[in-house]
Amino acid sequence: MTHEPTHVRPSATVTPYEDGPLLLRGDFEIVTPDGEHIEAGRPTVALCRCGRSRIKPFCDGTHKLIDFRAPAGRQLPHPDPADDAEQRTAD
Amino acid sequence: MRLPEARGELSAAVIERLGSGPAAGFACLPKVTDVDPLADEDLQLTLAVCYELHYSGFDDVEDRWEWHPGLLALRADIERMFELALRELTGPQPSVGSAEIPAALTALTAEQGGPSLARYIQSHATIDQFREFVIHRSLYQLKEADPHTFAIPRLTGRAKAALIEIQIDEYGSGQLARMHAELFRTTMSCLGLDTAYGAYLDRLPAVTLAGTNMLSMFALHRRLRAALTGQLAAFEMSSSLPNSRYGNGLRRLGGDNRATQFYDEHVEADAVHEQIAAYDMCGSLVAEHPELAADVLFGAAASEALGGMASTHLLDSWAAGRSSLRPALGSADPQPQADLLAGVAA
Repeated sequence: MTHEPTHVRPSATVTPYEDGPLLLRGDFEIVTPDGEHIEAGRPTVALCRCGRSRIKPFCDGTHKLIDFRAPAGRQLPHPDPADDAEQRTAD
Repeated sequence: MRLPEARGELSAAVIERLGSGPAAGFACLPKVTDVDPLADEDLQLTLAVCYELHYSGFDDVEDRWEWHPGLLALRADIERMFELALRELTGPQPSVGSAEIPAALTALTAEQGGPSLARYIQSHATIDQFREFVIHRSLYQLKEADPHTFAIPRLTGRAKAALIEIQIDEYGSGQLARMHAELFRTTMSCLGLDTAYGAYLDRLPAVTLAGTNMLSMFALHRRLRAALTGQLAAFEMSSSLPNSRYGNGLRRLGGDNRATQFYDEHVEADAVHEQIAAYDMCGSLVAEHPELAADVLFGAAASEALGGMASTHLLDSWAAGRSSLRPALGSADPQPQADLLAGVAA
């Protein structure tokens, strides 16, 4: 029987920051779907998650201009207010 | 670097004494008078000279002056006035919990609706105005990140780890060519400017010196370590978007990739640093020391306020058709802008 160590860190971590980018740390490589290397340029990078950066896949701070909202933790499935409105209209 | 030219009685007395050995007395120094510490040329230059002894020092000035009790006492007098003025300028800060620190910092650093130096530089600045802008920034950028290194032994745990994560990037992961200060040197060189540290000290007005002096004051006093972390967070949080505009401005003016690399690098780097600074450094510091919350916000507010004053000075000077720099040495009267800048570029 093997015992898994409880605090082994994975080789890379991804951290969502509230209303901001994903920070990628550790031993990672960023590649295109064709396997082409994308130079990270630094040990820790911020990946765009608002979709509006002009230097994708990296963050350039644009999320602050568009009032981007996203939690730091995991977002649980929830009804979209737009869907609700559509449903009420249909009813 | 050479000792600067005096700008009044106090700086003249200090500069004259630094030229002799540290045995020289400080008993008959002029009193620090009742002036606006944020705007007074004599006072800010004196403070800049005092602080420079802790960084690179001056040619022909003995290193022992750094810890001379008489000079430190004078510096303390000036710092008391300077800190009070900064606290009055920014007003009392709320003592928020650690979880609210990032949001409070975001609110303090949100883009204001008023005139923006970055937008002006992106779309309108002339190449001479861009050179002036770079000269204003040079006293800090050529030692970028150095003041914050003083905070490393004064932080612990997650806050310390976060600061180090930022500093490793600032110092190019230990590769000279990638150090941010070196990237700035390259930009200066592409603009035909003198890249020697402190070469333009005599040209920098009090409003510019006040910004670097604030950093040094926060950096050299353990008591103000939280203000230093708040300043760094504010600086990083209001950096990515303006640097994108500065880089685009320089491209508009003909700057190539080598010239704009400093700005392009900061768009990407500071988008990383701002998260680390706000959440991991300032948030963790306040979680460990709740009593430091107001000082974190004070540092951020002071950084924003002085940054705003400096930007206003540049924009107002240019709107009036003047140089934003002090006249070059040896010219009794301010020269027409074109001549002045031709001298700078030479």
